[in-house]
Amino acid sequence: MDEQAVHRAVARMARELVEQNVGPGNLALLGIQRRGVEIADLIRSEIERAEGTTVPAGSLDITLYRDDLMAIGPRPVVGATVLPEGGVDDRAVVIVDDVLFTGRTVRAALNELTDWGRPARVSLCVLVDRGGREFPIQPNVVGRIITVLPEQSVEVSVPDHDGRWGVDIVPVSSEPEP
Amino acid sequence: MNEPGTPLGKDLVGLESLSAEQILTILNTAEPFKEISERRIKKVPVLRGNTIVNLFFEASTRTRVSFEFAEKRLSADTVNIASSGSSVVKGENLVDTARNLEAMRIDMVVIRHGSSGAAKFLAERIPSNVINAGDGSHEHPTQALLDMLTIRDHFGKIEGLRVCLVGDILHSRVARSNIFGLLALGAEVAVCGPKTLLPLGIAELGVTVFSRIEEAIQWADVLNVLRLQLERMEAGFLPSLREYNQVWGVSRAKIEQAPKDLLVLHPGPMNRGVEIDSDVADGPHAMILQQVTNGVAVRMAVLYLLSGGAPDTAEAAKGGAEV
Repeated sequence: MDEQAVHRAVARMARELVEQNVGPGNLALLGIQRRGVEIADLIRSEIERAEGTTVPAGSLDITLYRDDLMAIGPRPVVGATVLPEGGVDDRAVVIVDDVLFTGRTVRAALNELTDWGRPARVSLCVLVDRGGREFPIQPNVVGRIITVLPEQSVEVSVPDHDGRWGVDIVPVSSEPEP
Repeated sequence: MNEPGTPLGKDLVGLESLSAEQILTILNTAEPFKEISERRIKKVPVLRGNTIVNLFFEASTRTRVSFEFAEKRLSADTVNIASSGSSVVKGENLVDTARNLEAMRIDMVVIRHGSSGAAKFLAERIPSNVINAGDGSHEHPTQALLDMLTIRDHFGKIEGLRVCLVGDILHSRVARSNIFGLLALGAEVAVCGPKTLLPLGIAELGVTVFSRIEEAIQWADVLNVLRLQLERMEAGFLPSLREYNQVWGVSRAKIEQAPKDLLVLHPGPMNRGVEIDSDVADGPHAMILQQVTNGVAVRMAVLYLLSGGAPDTAEAAKGGAEV
């Protein structure tokens, strides 16, 4: 997917989120560090453009909730976790990430989120669903479903980290999907 | 997945052996941990199933409680052992105590001990991670780390700042750890105190020596005021507490002469009216309670980073234990 395709997909995802939650009023976006945060920001500006409402947004770093932390050697750098303004209690919280694969990241995010408070409902929004789930987790809103071979991986590029928007299928890198 | 940080190795014995990169890894890791203590549920599962022993052979409230909060907020199981009431009073030596604990399958030991070198001694003999919570007059690394984090919070940097340690440098493990850490991060460091309480040859560490606190205040961005251990007076290092307060005590009148924004730190417990006056300790220059808050975050960072361990050094320590 090139930049234009990503923008189109995100614009549609933003509309679906608003529709599914009957308006943007009670929404709160929670991007998963690091690329989910930028996608959440883009969704936020799309909602603002279409609805004229600024939705509170926050970020979540799931490092401390990973299920494989004891197996991966040197400790990874921990990113910032920022609660959306007004907290998560009684809000329709949307977890936003770049790629949905095994579902383990989302499992960790759900655990962290429930330590934060009690949202009215939680939904999952991802730019790419590549299949290969190891947990019973399904997204509510998807940018694109891509079938990927086991020896391939999906790389999402975002401006802050990679200098551009884009989705590419590449041979498996050394970076495992948590 | 986030990239791996700089490994610290198996133990944290002191800051003398750490690189600037390793120290910055600890400070940067402490930042996200601050937020956990602000949550309603102040707990993350990262050290779930780890057992940590707090082995305190010397009196301590702040450090022990701070470590215990840090451990509990990372979901570790903790046991506190104080020397009084333990088999230490029956004459058991340090290594035997630790090996017996090891036999109960522990993962980390936090040790406070009156003898310099006790933490390193232990670290070389048991496979668990060892964290020095103060050993004699050697080092107190987590205190210096929380001091540096507080300085960085206030000024946004450490490099290029002028930090003066005031008081009893001779007996202070806090002073030594601060000197090593601050110099590694590119700060300028000075010490200021009565001649009897300055170690000989201190300038060789690369620090400036001030003989008058008024000069130090003119020079410094940060004053880190050390606790005057009252037993020093009986040992003949000082003529009287009253005189110490007059000459070396940090008073409001003295810090009002500072030419710039001056930050005042104190590792606690304070002797109000001796090394620091109440109107300074409770005044706008002091961030003493912020230091305590940061202490928990820094200790969480150290526990988290060490739990990633370095299996090879743990193996080496096991080998050492058989000698």
